[in-house]
Amino acid sequence: MYGKPLPIVDAPGATAAPTHTKHASFEYLTTRKDELVGWARKFSLFPYPFVTACCAMEFMAVSASAYDTDRFGAALPRFSPRQADLLMVVGTVTQKQAPILLKVYEQMCEPKWVMAFGVCATSGGFYQNYASLPGIDRIIPVDVYVPGCPPRPEMVIDGIMQLQERIASGKHLIVNESF
Amino acid sequence: MTTPILDLVATQLAPGTGVESHGVQHGVLVLQLEPAALLAVVTRLESEFAFDLFLDVTAIDWPDAPLRFEVVHHFYSTTHKVRVRLKTRVSASDPTVDTLKPLYGSAGYMERECHDMYGIVFRGNDDLRPILLYEGFSGHPLRKDYPKQLEQPLVPYRPPQGTLVR
Repeated sequence: MYGKPLPIVDAPGATAAPTHTKHASFEYLTTRKDELVGWARKFSLFPYPFVTACCAMEFMAVSASAYDTDRFGAALPRFSPRQADLLMVVGTVTQKQAPILLKVYEQMCEPKWVMAFGVCATSGGFYQNYASLPGIDRIIPVDVYVPGCPPRPEMVIDGIMQLQERIASGKHLIVNESF
Repeated sequence: MTTPILDLVATQLAPGTGVESHGVQHGVLVLQLEPAALLAVVTRLESEFAFDLFLDVTAIDWPDAPLRFEVVHHFYSTTHKVRVRLKTRVSASDPTVDTLKPLYGSAGYMERECHDMYGIVFRGNDDLRPILLYEGFSGHPLRKDYPKQLEQPLVPYRPPQGTLVR
């Protein structure tokens, strides 16, 4: 839907108006409810940064002005899981920390998505021992994986854009018979 | 490289007071001790020789040695600017040394970590709760016989996902 031209239709009975007023406003548009909700949601991702390790530097880089995730509507970190809808797990999660991550995930309200940021959050990376969780998908569902040690900001932006595509093309629970 | 204070410590703590051997490695005085002599030697180091900073206590696991664990203490003197290292061998069946909590308050935390990782028991330290590990963790992960990839998850793992499924 994003990038496609929306049809602009004259109101019934309207006389031929000058061209510039015809393009300045439109009477209605056609879309699907899921697309409408997805379009609204994909540009208002409020990330919760669950930042545990060195990938935090790359998270700062991708948030700051040079790469600027605000262009994708995903810039404003909410430090309360109840106000966030994108859980960015940035860095290694240890076994001792796993209950905290699970609690944060469960405190988030629907809709919620999870990004595994960096190879440690994705799969445990080079840690395979008593201390580290081998990938956060062992305890919570993950929507998009961004590998790399640490990932380049371009990779994170690509991950955000892929997540936006998922949101835009996905089904949304809020769309039901009474919506 | 030796310094006068290290020579003095080495001669004052002569063999016969529980010091089995001594030498200087990389500018650090190394004393090999009997376990029973640890507390007396540290007390003298602290009071007579001004080793006022407790740096660390850790252990080394020698799986095939008759005395399996080597408990290693490090001290620093802010007066003389030198370090001293104490090595104490204990057996696997009774890995016990005396606590240094009465002499150095910071020893409590480091002894908890050493107890976590190697299972060394510090006699007199009544607070050996896990500090880096968690309650319910069994075993000591830095011992050589701990399986390298053994995980003890606190949160049960989800079944493996073939595809991305929410």
